[in-house]
Amino acid sequence: MDALMTSVFGLWGPSIAKTFWILLKIVAVVLPLMISVAYLTYFERKVIGFMQVRIGPNRVGYFGLLQPIADALKLLFKEIILPTASNKVLFFLAPVLAIAPAFAAWAVIPFDLNLVIADIDASLLYILAMTSIAVYGVIIAGWASNSKYAFLGSLRSAAQIVSYEIAMGFTLVGVLMCANSLNLGKIVMGQAGGFWHWYVWPLFPLFIIYFISAVAETNRAPFDVAEGESEIVAGFHVEYSGMAFAVFFLAEYANMILVSMLAALMFLGGWLSPIPFIPDSFLWLLIKVAFLLFCFIWFRATFPRYRYDQIMRLGWKIFIPITIAWIVFIGGMMQTSWGYLFH
Amino acid sequence: MIKKTKQFLSSLMLIELLKGMLLTGRYFFARKITVQYPEEKTPQSNRFRGLHALRRYANGEERCIACKLCEAVCPAMAITIESEEREDKTRRTTRYDIDLTKCIFCGFCEESCPVDSIVETRILDYHGESRGDLIYTKEMLLAVGDKYEKQIAEDRAQDERYR
Repeated sequence: MDALMTSVFGLWGPSIAKTFWILLKIVAVVLPLMISVAYLTYFERKVIGFMQVRIGPNRVGYFGLLQPIADALKLLFKEIILPTASNKVLFFLAPVLAIAPAFAAWAVIPFDLNLVIADIDASLLYILAMTSIAVYGVIIAGWASNSKYAFLGSLRSAAQIVSYEIAMGFTLVGVLMCANSLNLGKIVMGQAGGFWHWYVWPLFPLFIIYFISAVAETNRAPFDVAEGESEIVAGFHVEYSGMAFAVFFLAEYANMILVSMLAALMFLGGWLSPIPFIPDSFLWLLIKVAFLLFCFIWFRATFPRYRYDQIMRLGWKIFIPITIAWIVFIGGMMQTSWGYLFH
Repeated sequence: MIKKTKQFLSSLMLIELLKGMLLTGRYFFARKITVQYPEEKTPQSNRFRGLHALRRYANGEERCIACKLCEAVCPAMAITIESEEREDKTRRTTRYDIDLTKCIFCGFCEESCPVDSIVETRILDYHGESRGDLIYTKEMLLAVGDKYEKQIAEDRAQDERYR
């Protein structure tokens, strides 16, 4: 018996150990992510409450801290209703398609120097590809529900995500020009040496456009026409209930954290500290991401929803020209003697 | 032309949006005005129109004389009264139902009552757990009156000179 085990370990050991190690790393990223998604909902309710001169949830646990857990339990025990006329396979596939890319994109996010699951060279492209796949979840959800509201919502969402992805892609081009790399770790290290080296400064218009496009990409207010409750009830997820609905919710918030994380890495120097003699740490990244997420919620508490044609106008007629102009401008500046300002 | 350029620049710089965010940002730190309901309550007027009650005189005799003015005046037709002659030859109600699901809490019944029998109390957080629980019968209304007589009398006394 012992001999068999040792031989099996000898034969399979290294590969099994490697698989196990990778799984462990994935869990180490996804578990905190799930928890932060749960507490982002709490944070959102609290912040919006405070901005509306209310106090937000405060009944479950101290300061309402157990509220997200109570919400999750409630959703877990709710019945998942399957509409009669829906496409059953696609109906259940859609939430999975929404959440899988939102989590998969985290594989290449560096949390600190060399603290990354997959250190691939084209990590920025990988993230762009992954976030683009997420739109299929929304489209399929809207189509499989066989409901007019859901279908309208998914159409709006699809058009919006596709339009803003172009502006977003162009802002990333600006970052690539500065960093000379598609690897997120290298992009962050390109900003080393104090906050005045961060890419926000040379790329300020691109940063603003990236962040607004990110809000539009994640279907958050004021760009949340995909689920505009005053017009189309809840958009693409009208027909979803219970855990299936919760998965969409999870995907939306995971995407929010992802785009904030990207903004922090690409424009705000990731884990680098703003002042050189303070040590760099993962905590800096957390602070930056938390601030950007606060901005997301701040926007939601402040701005009324955009009209649909205005969203399209903003994406195509304003953001794309500005990003292209700025890319040309930095490209030109890099050829002059001030080029060092843009690296 | 200058106006248009100005407008273009201010919308490009997101001036209005930043102003809006400044406002919500200020309110983020403002003192919160939430009333935490079961522990805290908002002040109530002595004229508050909540749950109904039927009152009695000090000697325990019920005030209602079955004149049916409240039934006639009720705009929601929530009150149903049946009356009979009692052994002592006085007219009394045998049935006095208020359907609280119909009631609009206008207070007309209280105003129309010549003997101050039907009144609306300050109670606002009553509930029913099954269908029909909110149809209050004479016994229930009298019980409410008996329980809260002190408060009811106090509120009426405060309002005396306006009645």
